Amino acid sequence: MAWLPVLIKACYFLAALLFILGLKRMSSPRSARGGIVWAGVGMLVAVLATFALPDLHNRGLILAAVLIGVSAAWWSGRRVAMTDMPQMVALYNGMGGGAAAAIGAAELFSYAGNAVTLLDGGQFTASGADTPGTAQLVLAVLGALIGSVSFSGSLIAFAKLQGWLDRRFVFPGQRVINLLVLAAAVVLGGMIASGHLSMPLIVAFFGLALLFGLMMTLPIGGADMPVVISLYNAFTGLAVAFEGFVLQNEAMIIAGTVVGAAGTLLTQLMAKAMNRSIGNVLFGSFGAAGGAAQEIAGSQKPIEASDAAVMMAYAERVVIVPGYGMAVAQAQHKVWEFAKLLIERGVKVKFAIHPVAGRMPGHMNVLLAEAGVPYDLIADMDDINPEFPQTDVALVIGANDVVNPLAKTDPSSPIYGMPILDVADARQVIVVKRGKGTGFAGIENALFYADNARMLYGDGQAAASELVAALKTLES
Amino acid sequence: MLDGFLALYVFMLAAFTGYEIIARVPVILHTPLMSGSNFIHGIVLVGAMIALGHAQTPFEMTIGFIGVLLGAGNAAGGYVVTERMLEMFKTSKPSAGKEAK
Repeated sequence: MAWLPVLIKACYFLAALLFILGLKRMSSPRSARGGIVWAGVGMLVAVLATFALPDLHNRGLILAAVLIGVSAAWWSGRRVAMTDMPQMVALYNGMGGGAAAAIGAAELFSYAGNAVTLLDGGQFTASGADTPGTAQLVLAVLGALIGSVSFSGSLIAFAKLQGWLDRRFVFPGQRVINLLVLAAAVVLGGMIASGHLSMPLIVAFFGLALLFGLMMTLPIGGADMPVVISLYNAFTGLAVAFEGFVLQNEAMIIAGTVVGAAGTLLTQLMAKAMNRSIGNVLFGSFGAAGGAAQEIAGSQKPIEASDAAVMMAYAERVVIVPGYGMAVAQAQHKVWEFAKLLIERGVKVKFAIHPVAGRMPGHMNVLLAEAGVPYDLIADMDDINPEFPQTDVALVIGANDVVNPLAKTDPSSPIYGMPILDVADARQVIVVKRGKGTGFAGIENALFYADNARMLYGDGQAAASELVAALKTLES
Repeated sequence: MLDGFLALYVFMLAAFTGYEIIARVPVILHTPLMSGSNFIHGIVLVGAMIALGHAQTPFEMTIGFIGVLLGAGNAAGGYVVTERMLEMFKTSKPSAGKEAK
């Protein structure tokens, strides 16, 4: 049966190749759909090959766990609404981190068990396979630490985005305490890695690692969650790679490392789009400093939907700026219907998307694509900003912080320095907004008080429906 | 078996691969790509299967079982969510030609 191990190794190689090629295809819109299928085939090949491993026991248990896990995740992933995708990614990512931590735990506990039996037998022989090397121990501990943090952290991120935890937990000395928890986990990890394989030590180590993930994520506000989820995604990748080294599994090493690197870069891109460093997201208490916010002169001027519709119907260029508020109101279909009516009248319509609109970069693109908005009508911030001075009407729907001019003018503002969409440069700005409250970051928006801004109060869905109705009466 | 330095080389090259793949990606694909990479680290399922397959005591089996459960969830959930996101890009493609005139 010498061919079987070779065949299994070949399968892992094929899987690693398919993952890389799949990810490559996913990075271009044209081939993206094929990419996930390639990666999926890779996963199937790797899992089937693992089942064929000759020294695998508990096959019944494995099969049962796989079937339960797959069907539960498949069912939940199928029925979740498009707007809830970010938290589902957080949830599944947390599961991956948890699995990596579980592998680390299983390895460490089995080493600990073996060490005990060896000591009981009175003779401690360094018998190859069962005695782990230092490198192996260090990697197992590191993978377990990172995986645990990713697990508990992602679950908190999930709970926050799901709306189960809408408060930020901040208390004095929090940073110091978090650091102490991390330091304690690292010290215990170091002791384990240097050969102190005792049960209570390992249990305490996992407890501290999980606690740190929890405490690290709790003070971070909802607006920063995309960066955090992306970071934990990279963490899980790294944890998988480390545990892959421990298990000598090539598919895990390659896939984990690739995701770890790709996820790190993606996290940087996101943080950069918000003009903040990753360290600032994790440790800076965003908006906590209740400093004297700049008083804004002027008042918010309301407008009726019918007037807004007329204004846009006779405009030459209209730019629609959607934000998370549109997604929450599920208004993307109505908004696109409205845009189509405008296009039929000969108005040039574009959608402008800020890099961090929604809860994840590209989140808004996904929602607009779901509504059927073609690519070429969607513009990035850098492309659309020079066009605002030639724009007759900018329609802001459910976006707030990403169009706030204070980011440019008020150095004391927490969002100061974040690049924004310059909608105020348009001749008229219409802001669809639910009420007079502040945005996600809790900051007043100077745009709403600008002379050329008009407020159309109402839920995104209702406002868009009114606009469509108003436009239709105009035509008949 | 991967010895020390060979493992380090593999790690470095794989990291560069991941970095390069993402470096040229349009913003429009960031969310699906994050979801896609989330699916790919679902390969942790394989490791969890091996851990459960080598578990001897009931305690180890419990940990392994939880690991496989979570890993399977990561893989299956990651696939479904990514596929659903990317499905939209397909349907928007033909309409792009139609609407743009």
